[in-house]
Amino acid sequence: MQNTKSLAFFIDPSRCIGCEACVNACAECETHRGYPMIHVDYLDRSRSTATVPAVCMHCDRPTCAEVCPADAIKKTEDGVVQSSLKPRCIACSNCVLACPFGIPKMKSELEQMMKCDMCYDRTAAGKRPMCATVCPSQALAYVPVDEIVRTRREKPVNVFFFGKERVTTKVFMMAPLSVDAFDVDIADFIWEPES
Amino acid sequence: MARRPIDESSLVERFGPHLVYEPPGGWRSEAENPAEKLVQTHCCFCGQQCGIQLKVRDNQVIGFEPWEEFPFNRGMLCPKGVKRYLQSSHPDRLLSPLMRDDSGFRSATWDEALSFTAGRLQQLQQEYGRDAVAVYGGASLTTEKTYLLGKFARVALGTRHIDYNGRLCMVSAGTAYKLAFGVDRSPNPWSDIPLADVVIIAGSNTAECSPITTDYIWRSRDRGGKLIVLDPRMTPITRNADLFLPVRPGTDLAVFLGMMHVIVRDGLANRDFIEKHTIGFNAVAESAKIWDPATAARVSGVPPEAIEKAARWFATAKRGFALHARGIEHQSKGVENVLGLINLCVATGNIGREGAGCVMITGQGNGQGGREHGQKCDQLPGQRSIADPEARAHVAKVWGVNPAEIPQAGYPALEIMEAIHRGEIKGLLSICFNPLVSLPDSNFIREALEKLEFFGVIDFFMSETAHHADVILAGSLHEEEEGVAANVEGRVIHIRQAVTPPGQARLDSQIICDLARRLGRKEGFNFREPREIFDELRDASRGGPADYSGITYEKIDRQMGVFWPCPSEDHPGTPRLFEDGRFFHADGKAHFQVTEYRESGDPISEEYPIYLTTGRVVSQYLSGTQTRRIGALVDQYPEPRVEIHPRLAKEHGISDNDWVRVTTRRSEMTLRAMVVRTIRPDTVFIPYHWPGLKSVNRLTHRTVDPRSKIPEYKVSACKIQKA
Repeated sequence: MQNTKSLAFFIDPSRCIGCEACVNACAECETHRGYPMIHVDYLDRSRSTATVPAVCMHCDRPTCAEVCPADAIKKTEDGVVQSSLKPRCIACSNCVLACPFGIPKMKSELEQMMKCDMCYDRTAAGKRPMCATVCPSQALAYVPVDEIVRTRREKPVNVFFFGKERVTTKVFMMAPLSVDAFDVDIADFIWEPES
Repeated sequence: MARRPIDESSLVERFGPHLVYEPPGGWRSEAENPAEKLVQTHCCFCGQQCGIQLKVRDNQVIGFEPWEEFPFNRGMLCPKGVKRYLQSSHPDRLLSPLMRDDSGFRSATWDEALSFTAGRLQQLQQEYGRDAVAVYGGASLTTEKTYLLGKFARVALGTRHIDYNGRLCMVSAGTAYKLAFGVDRSPNPWSDIPLADVVIIAGSNTAECSPITTDYIWRSRDRGGKLIVLDPRMTPITRNADLFLPVRPGTDLAVFLGMMHVIVRDGLANRDFIEKHTIGFNAVAESAKIWDPATAARVSGVPPEAIEKAARWFATAKRGFALHARGIEHQSKGVENVLGLINLCVATGNIGREGAGCVMITGQGNGQGGREHGQKCDQLPGQRSIADPEARAHVAKVWGVNPAEIPQAGYPALEIMEAIHRGEIKGLLSICFNPLVSLPDSNFIREALEKLEFFGVIDFFMSETAHHADVILAGSLHEEEEGVAANVEGRVIHIRQAVTPPGQARLDSQIICDLARRLGRKEGFNFREPREIFDELRDASRGGPADYSGITYEKIDRQMGVFWPCPSEDHPGTPRLFEDGRFFHADGKAHFQVTEYRESGDPISEEYPIYLTTGRVVSQYLSGTQTRRIGALVDQYPEPRVEIHPRLAKEHGISDNDWVRVTTRRSEMTLRAMVVRTIRPDTVFIPYHWPGLKSVNRLTHRTVDPRSKIPEYKVSACKIQKA
C-alpha cells in the first residue's frame, strides 16, 4: 500500500443510501459539465433498498486501454485512467464490453467513451473529487489511508479476481476484515438447468 | 372570489413548474466566463442546513462548490443541495407583483398591489372584526422574517390568527420536549451521535430526508455501536440496522411502552439519575405494567423478543442515543409517541451527556429558528408563551405597544383553514406556504380557499395554492436576503445574501414593512436591513428559553454557528443542554409524562382494511414548489408511486408498475405500483410532493393531535384495487 498519509479513494457500498448526490455532483464538474460519468444501481429494488455506487476503479493494468484498437485510453503517471481521447476514440465500445467492473459508458451523442477520471482537474489542484466530497454517507470517500484504517470497521482491499485474472486497482473497496481479495468466481454467475 | 381565475393548465403553462437542467448561459458558460465570487451560505432546503458555497456572476447564481470547512456537513450534500443553485435565475421566478384579472394574472406596480392588499385586509377587519383575517408563515424563512411576521400580525393587523407550516412538522416534538424538559430544542449537537454505543432511529427515513445525518450514524457503527430502526418500511438507513422493528403504522407508542415495561421489570432503570434529576417516574413505571412485550407485540406487530432486545440494548448501553422524526410525530398521538421515547432516555439516564441523548430531526430549513420568535400561534419571541403576562410585558416594551394590545393565542394552521371553510375567517395573507399540497384532505382545503374573500400571497414561485390568490407579491429567495436560521442542532447560522432579487421582486422583509406602514403603523416597521430586525429580535428574546441576545452575525461567522441559549456577547453558546443535570422547568427537573395509548383518527375497517402512510423521497423537498422545477431532481423520481408488499399485491392481482387505485374515506387516486418486500404487507406508502391528481393529501384526513395540532399524515385507512 502507498504512503499512509497520502489521499486515496475508497468505496464502501454498504454505506450507500442511493441518493445520487454523487451522480448529480459529477455532472457539475467543469471538464464535463452536464454529463455524469458515474452511476448508482439498485441491486434488486424489489427485495431491498441496497444500492451500489460505481466509479472507475482505475486498474493498474486497465483492460479498457488494453483492448482499445485506437489507443485512445491513457493512464497518467499517478495511475489515473482517463476518458478516451476525443480525436482518437472511434466509439467502438470495446472498452465498455471489456471492463470487468462495468464502468465505461459510450456517450453516443458525443461518439466518445467517457468515464470517471477521478476528477483529475480537481485532484491535480489539491481538491477532493466532487462525488467523494459531497457523498452524505461517505460510501465514496477520499481521505488519507491511515484515516480510513483507523476509523472504519471494514478494511480497504484493492485486489480482485475474475476467474484466474488478478486485477489490482488504484481505488479501494472496503471489505470485511477476513477478506484480503475479492475473488469473484464466474461459476457463481453461470446458469445451469435444474437437474 | 378566490376561485382559480382560469383553468389550471393555462396557469401551469405560464408559471410552471418548468424544468431547468442547466445554469444560466448553459453548461459551458462558466468555462468561458468564470464566477466572480464564492458566497459561503447554506442550503435552502431541509433542517440540516448544510454549508455550501454559491458561485456568483453578474448577480446570478451559476453553480456551487462544497464548503468543506463548515463543521456540520464538511462539504457533504444531498442531490437537492447539489442542484439547489438552479432555483436562482429560473424562468418561473416571479419578477413583479401580480393581480388577478379575467385572463388570469396581470403584472401590477408595487404601489397598486400593496395598496390593494392593505385596503382589502382593512375592509375585512372593519366589516367582520380584527380576527377575520389570518396570516400564514413558513419555516423556510429566515428567523428575521418570521420574527417580523409575528410582529406584523399582532401589531399591524392586530389579529390573533397567525400560524405557520411548521405546524405540519415540528410541533409534536416541540410540545413533548417542553413538557418533559421545559424547552423545545434538540438537547445534543450532532457530533454526539458517533460517540453513542446504541442508536435508536424511530420514525425517520433518515437517509432520504436528512441524508447528511447518515454519515454520523455510520460513524457510530464504525466504533462498534449498534443501530435499532423502528419503521413500517425498510428505508435505506435500515440496510445496516442491527435490529429492525417493523412497527404497524400508528402503534409506535406500544413498542416504547413495551420497552419501558422490560426496563422496569428487569430493574434496568437508572435509579440514581431518576432520583436526583426527575419527577414522575413511578406513575410512568406503573402505566407500563400492562404493556408486557407480548401485549406490545400484539398491538405493534413487532416480535416480543425484538422489544426485549431493544430495551436491554438501550438500557445497558454506556451511551444511548435516540433520534426521531415525523414517523412517530405525524400522528393523532404524536406528542405521546415522542414522550414515550423521551421517557426511555430519561429513565436510563441517557440525556445531557456526551454521546447520550434524545434529539428530534428537524424537517424544514429553519424549522427550529422559525418556531422560536413569533409566527407560532401561541408563542412570543424567545420561545415564550403568549399567555404569560411577564412575557407579554417584555415583548410589548420592545415593540413599543401596550401589553393589552397583543392578542392572545389564535388558531393553529389547520384550524385556520377550517375557520375559513366555515366562514369565520374571511381574509388570508400567506408567505412561503403551499397548503393545497401540504395540508391533509386537500379537497376540503381547496373548498376553503375558494371561500376566501381576500387571499394575498408573498412568494418567489407560483405555488398551486397561489393559483387562488387575488394578489401575489414577488418576494425573495433564500440566496437573496441576509439573515439567520437555526439548524437541526439549535446552531444559529448565517444566511448570506448572494444576489439581489431580480426584476421588480423585493426583499420579503421590505414587503412586510411596507404593508405594515400602509396599514397605518408608522412606527416599528422602518427596518432598513435584516441586521436591524435581528438586533430587535435579540432584545425581544432576552431572558426567554431561546435567548439570542448574545448572538451577532460576526460571532456566528467566527464560531461557524452559535448554539442558543446565548445570553451575553461573551457567552460561547450552548451546544449541549442539561449538562449540569438541570432542566428548564422551574424546579430544574426533567418531568416524566404518562402516555396513554389510543387508536388512530382514521381506523382500519372491513371496508378499508389497509394502512396508508405517507412521506418523502430523497430528490424532492416538501410540497415541491422549488424542487419540481429542477430537471435532474424530477428525473430522479418523476411522480408518486405506491409501495406494496408482494403478498398484498398478489392478493389483489397487482404486478410491479401496474396502475392501482387507492381509496380512503375522503377520496381516491390512481398511480403505479412499486412491488417491494421492504414494506409491511398490511401497509402501503405514497410520497406526497405533488399537486392535483398526484397529491396523496387528497386521501389523508384532518384528525390532529389534541395538544400539538399536527395532522395524522402517517396513518390512514385505505383499500386498493388494480385500476
